[in-house]
Amino acid sequence: MTATLPDPMVPRPYRVQHVRRETADTFTLELVPEGGSDIPPFATGQFNMLYVFGTGEIPISISGDPAKRRPLVHTTRAVGTVSRAMRELKPDDVIGVRGPFGSHWPIEQAEGKDVVIAAGGIGLAPLRSVMYHLISQREKYGKAVLLYGARTPTNILYRRELEHWRANFDLEVYVTVDNATGSWRGSVGVVSQLIPRAPFDPKNTIAMICGPEIMMRFTAAEFEKRGVAIENIYISMERNMKCAIGLCGHCQYVPHFVCKDGPVFQYSQIQGLLTKWEA
Amino acid sequence: MQTLESILAGHPFFNGLEPQYLQLITGCASNTRFGVGDFMFREGEDASQFYLIREGKVALEIFAAQYGPITIETIEAGEVLGWSWIFPPYRWHFSGHVMEPTRAIALDGTCLRSKGEADHNLGYELMKRVAQIMMERLQATRIRLLDIYSDHPGGRL
Repeated sequence: MTATLPDPMVPRPYRVQHVRRETADTFTLELVPEGGSDIPPFATGQFNMLYVFGTGEIPISISGDPAKRRPLVHTTRAVGTVSRAMRELKPDDVIGVRGPFGSHWPIEQAEGKDVVIAAGGIGLAPLRSVMYHLISQREKYGKAVLLYGARTPTNILYRRELEHWRANFDLEVYVTVDNATGSWRGSVGVVSQLIPRAPFDPKNTIAMICGPEIMMRFTAAEFEKRGVAIENIYISMERNMKCAIGLCGHCQYVPHFVCKDGPVFQYSQIQGLLTKWEA
Repeated sequence: MQTLESILAGHPFFNGLEPQYLQLITGCASNTRFGVGDFMFREGEDASQFYLIREGKVALEIFAAQYGPITIETIEAGEVLGWSWIFPPYRWHFSGHVMEPTRAIALDGTCLRSKGEADHNLGYELMKRVAQIMMERLQATRIRLLDIYSDHPGGRL
């Protein structure tokens, strides 16, 4: 008898276990499948399509630990109709989940090397799973460095976890804000300015970047300037993903389908496209 | 023990500078230390020096009535603080407020300017290095002006 693969276009019902407000406009959903079935394995950087019934479906990166799949964890920002409706979900509400989809961060390739993660804003969410992996498999990697930039101190995502990671002698965590407010005593400036300050060997480094595209371009350029080979720089792209399996073409990015070939790309694959103006 | 010349040679700002120029510049340099809360300089004062930060963190601040001090950016180890010493009227545009205990090399601007005038090759070297920093800070400022983390269309997420 042949096992039937689940139809990737059919959402599976998941129950909201917990909704946590992270900042004024970001929140984390913890989900468990209805009926107690398993959560499919996922890799760092992959995304799911989350469906708020009667409102719509959007792609959201998985921000939980790949080694602890239950509950399924997603952090996002309430910016559109669906994500705003999602923020209003309560425990025991049910939403649809399809996935996981897409490419993943190069954590296998990074073994034996220094790993530098550069995240901006909500871009930390798709990279948190990498942090969990690095921490759990610490002996496999060289230096582990997290560079994080936020708009203001109140926009810092996962603040408690950042403090926890920063207290870990085995991790280097640098946080900066674009605009200092209140009693902020940390760094002020853009995240790319942290790159010259961070301790890593550029000749033996894998860099992973996620954030607004402009931030990623400038950050990748700074990594190159520091001496990181372009083929060792990875970024996570976001486009208008709909089907998530490379059929509908909504997320087509010249020769690539971001949902299927991405969201994680080797920077050298798409560097030339990032500066092209889109119609 | 490290000499001033070797400290200067090890700072990214002077990376690759020819030894005879390093020797000349050392004559304009002195070691300095600042405690938390100290002002290395204040807005409007004469900018007679600039600093190569060796350790610590300094906030570049401006004072705004009704708001108090606003931090423009922070300057940290390996970085350079100040370019007002190059251009007339040689006055600080911002204040340098120490956030963490800071060790720095202070370079006398008048001394450097006179050496640069006497030897234009040295002057050009200094100018290129300062221009590089100004360009990097300008780029960073431009990114911040875009406010890329906000939810307007320029923001991604």
